[in-house]
Amino acid sequence: MMDQVLFYFFAGLAVLSGVLVVTVRNAVHSAVFLITSLLATAGLYLTLNAEFLFVVQIILYVGGIMVLFIFVIMLVNLDVALHQVQFNRQTWVAGLLSIVLLTELLAALALARSGGPGMQLLPAPAATAASLGGNTEQIGMLLFQNYVIPFELASILLLVALVGAVVMGKKRI
Amino acid sequence: MIPVSHYIVVSLLLFTTGVIGVLTRRNVIIILMSIELILNAVNINLVAFSHYLGNLNGQIFAIFIITDAAAEAAVGLGIIIAFFRNRQTLQADEMDLLRW
Repeated sequence: MMDQVLFYFFAGLAVLSGVLVVTVRNAVHSAVFLITSLLATAGLYLTLNAEFLFVVQIILYVGGIMVLFIFVIMLVNLDVALHQVQFNRQTWVAGLLSIVLLTELLAALALARSGGPGMQLLPAPAATAASLGGNTEQIGMLLFQNYVIPFELASILLLVALVGAVVMGKKRI
Repeated sequence: MIPVSHYIVVSLLLFTTGVIGVLTRRNVIIILMSIELILNAVNINLVAFSHYLGNLNGQIFAIFIITDAAAEAAVGLGIIIAFFRNRQTLQADEMDLLRW
């Protein structure tokens, strides 16, 4: 009962603030709603017993990436852009196509749930992760044993992004 | 016990919202935020399947996606600052230097 209440609270919050991110006019408000959405997603991770990702989401996304976003929004003054048209000319076509995409994905999900021909996508949960225990330990073991090369590649990617950001931020480019 | 399809529906809604944001907004910063929404929706999917299949590989993938999101945000915002310094605008449809 309690986990259902938590799930619906976090899911509703995430989707609602996600919609507000896209529709609201001011970019700063948009960023604040994105923070709310990311925090609600962190709550969803918690209902899925992913404690390590919960903490990573809050520290990295909310504490790192969103601060960067807000910093850039403050750096470029948006007073002019605030009074211009916020949506481009293809808005109606794009919205319609996105609704079609959503319907298609939901139909695929419904088909998979009904177990249609060749669509056994969701088997019954054999062993839930609740029995695993020690989420952070296990992620650490997995990350530094099976995934150590992707881990190193990610560090190279971050180095490249660092250099790229510094180059982009130079005075003359 | 919440079925995994509920999580997928939440993820789909967030994903579609992000797609609408990328396709319709003119402000580049909000387009980047919509991309973050999309990546976040994918993460929900990965973690939900990871939980329901009892397999932690999905959470590892989610960590890598968060890393990519950080790198993408850093470079993207750097490009935005450089562009704003040169053109004094942030509207996506005024970025037509390479347009045919």
